[in-house]
Amino acid sequence: MTEIVDILISASFWAAVLRIASPLIFATLGELICERAGVLNLGIEGIMVFGAFAGWMAVYAGLGLWPGVLVALLAGMAFGALHALLTVPFGLSQHVVGLGITMLATSSAYYAYRLALPEVTSPPRIAPFQPLHIPVLSDIPWLGQALFSQTALTWAAFGCAALVALVLYRTPLGLAVRAAGENPQAVEAQGLSVAAIRMGAVIVGSGLMAVGGAFLTMSAFSSFFFEMVNGRGWICIALVVFGAWKPGKALLGALLFAGFDALQIRLQQTPMGQVVPYQVFLMIPYVLSILALILMSRRAEVPAALMTPFNRGER
Amino acid sequence: MAIDKTAGLLTRRGLLKSTGGLAAFASTGLAGKLMAQEPISVAGIYTVPVEQQWVSRIHVAAEAAKAAGLISYTYSENTSNTDYPRVMREYAESGAQLIVGEIFGVEQEAREVVLDYPETAFLLGSSFLPDESYPNLGVFDNYIQDASYLSGIIAGAMSESGNIGMVGGFPIPEVNRLMHAFMAGVKESKPEATFQVSFIGSWFDPPKAKETAFAMIENGADLLYAERFGVSDAAQEKGVLAIGNVIDTQADYPDTVVASALWDFGPTLAAALAKVADGSFAAENYGSYSFMKEGGCALAPLGTFEGKVPQAALDLVAAKEAAIKDGSFTTLINDEEPKSS
Repeated sequence: MTEIVDILISASFWAAVLRIASPLIFATLGELICERAGVLNLGIEGIMVFGAFAGWMAVYAGLGLWPGVLVALLAGMAFGALHALLTVPFGLSQHVVGLGITMLATSSAYYAYRLALPEVTSPPRIAPFQPLHIPVLSDIPWLGQALFSQTALTWAAFGCAALVALVLYRTPLGLAVRAAGENPQAVEAQGLSVAAIRMGAVIVGSGLMAVGGAFLTMSAFSSFFFEMVNGRGWICIALVVFGAWKPGKALLGALLFAGFDALQIRLQQTPMGQVVPYQVFLMIPYVLSILALILMSRRAEVPAALMTPFNRGER
Repeated sequence: MAIDKTAGLLTRRGLLKSTGGLAAFASTGLAGKLMAQEPISVAGIYTVPVEQQWVSRIHVAAEAAKAAGLISYTYSENTSNTDYPRVMREYAESGAQLIVGEIFGVEQEAREVVLDYPETAFLLGSSFLPDESYPNLGVFDNYIQDASYLSGIIAGAMSESGNIGMVGGFPIPEVNRLMHAFMAGVKESKPEATFQVSFIGSWFDPPKAKETAFAMIENGADLLYAERFGVSDAAQEKGVLAIGNVIDTQADYPDTVVASALWDFGPTLAAALAKVADGSFAAENYGSYSFMKEGGCALAPLGTFEGKVPQAALDLVAAKEAAIKDGSFTTLINDEEPKSS
């Protein structure tokens, strides 16, 4: 047990938690926006792959890091637009469309990669985001290393969480988005377009997912590999449920998952690692997340109109 | 912009490839014999993109043979395991004489296909040994433990703390074997060394490999064995050293990667081509063509670390290399899962 305490009080552990959580925060917020408006977006995994590719490729082609993030955002929004078109006005199955978008986006990333780099022995690297040194804060003994040694993109992830919470709960736009996921008829009665609100939410949400993917190639690492998103998108879907469709709790969920992951990596090197098979450690974040999901989701309020297409004038 | 850079890469790499390949073929005395005939048609089927370290070695060797006019070469990359038998059939039907690839995930299905095309030679990476009941299936793997062992000797000499971190994908025989050889090498130059071993449960998750490497560095490691992409990045960021595996990545990490154990698929391919040409291709284990004796593996040049590695270690490496090549020393082959010490 002392090992666990040692790990938990080390500054580098907390720095790792924030790093691991960042891509999850972006993508979870993106999924949350879609679902609050009533659309389940299973395109998340593929959109993250495409975002990881697009942002990295843009920087490799000569753009700056922030323009690269913008490229990823726009690429994600483009896939979001396709998803929105198929699920909102056409009212197609959100499961089928979402999985289709995941396959399409993943393959498109692969195709574009091959066109741009027909033959390389290892993917080229870019100069990624570097940890920001914040005067005073970064120099605080333990705290500086634990919390203030992150890249700008990590800060942007936390900023996004605050912004999404603010917009959802404090603006008329947020009210309209939430209402579109709860009671679209009421939105319609107010003279607002449910289709426009839902499509907008899916497009913006998909953009955030792509930025989450881009974090992997532009901050956590410096080049692009096809399978590097490695199921993180699916984790984010679970995190939305864990967070009971609320941005603050979803943020907490992402941090918790990242915490378990950072912990298991370190536990492997304790004396425990010599007796317990490594697969058990790799399982820890998932098992604990499932347990947390069970506990948290008992009081969760699912958006009432989630996955229910809305057709104007239909009863 | 991107295209320009790629073109630059291509020519440089292409040059290296073709010259290296030609040398490999010339040394086996095959070039002349094969040149006279029609190029052998070779098809590659890979479950990952050709950038992946392991597969890239096969691809590079095949491209070199093609550039030398020995073979015609076509390939499918990123073929899923479920699709693998179909692609095998397609190439076999279209008249490929030799099919190279990897069937670690489709051992049984691939063997069924092999029986349907007795005229086609199959040279496939496999966890199993050759079997007479599949006479046209030769198997191979990257048995580069000799080079890993030598890289370990250098690692032991370069590590000050004697605390060495190793991040792997999955503990499969190929990975374990090289890790054990590396550890044995480290023990030669630093008997008191300890090892931290972790597997990330994925072949392609550089951010995770990097996080794992960070944790090892925090835990005292001052040298990392980079089995996965991402490990050298962590070493570079934290200012510790790394040892490469299968490919040479020193150009990307000039102050980090000290040495690398390189795999050259050339001798394996050359041996298979010779047998296809004279009709003697059979169920054999081509793994030994990756041994250092056969020129199948080597230690990468020290490059930026020239002059920084203690002479005693280099002398030991030279002595062991000579012993390996003349057969007086055989590197231990241990496929067990390595554990932290």
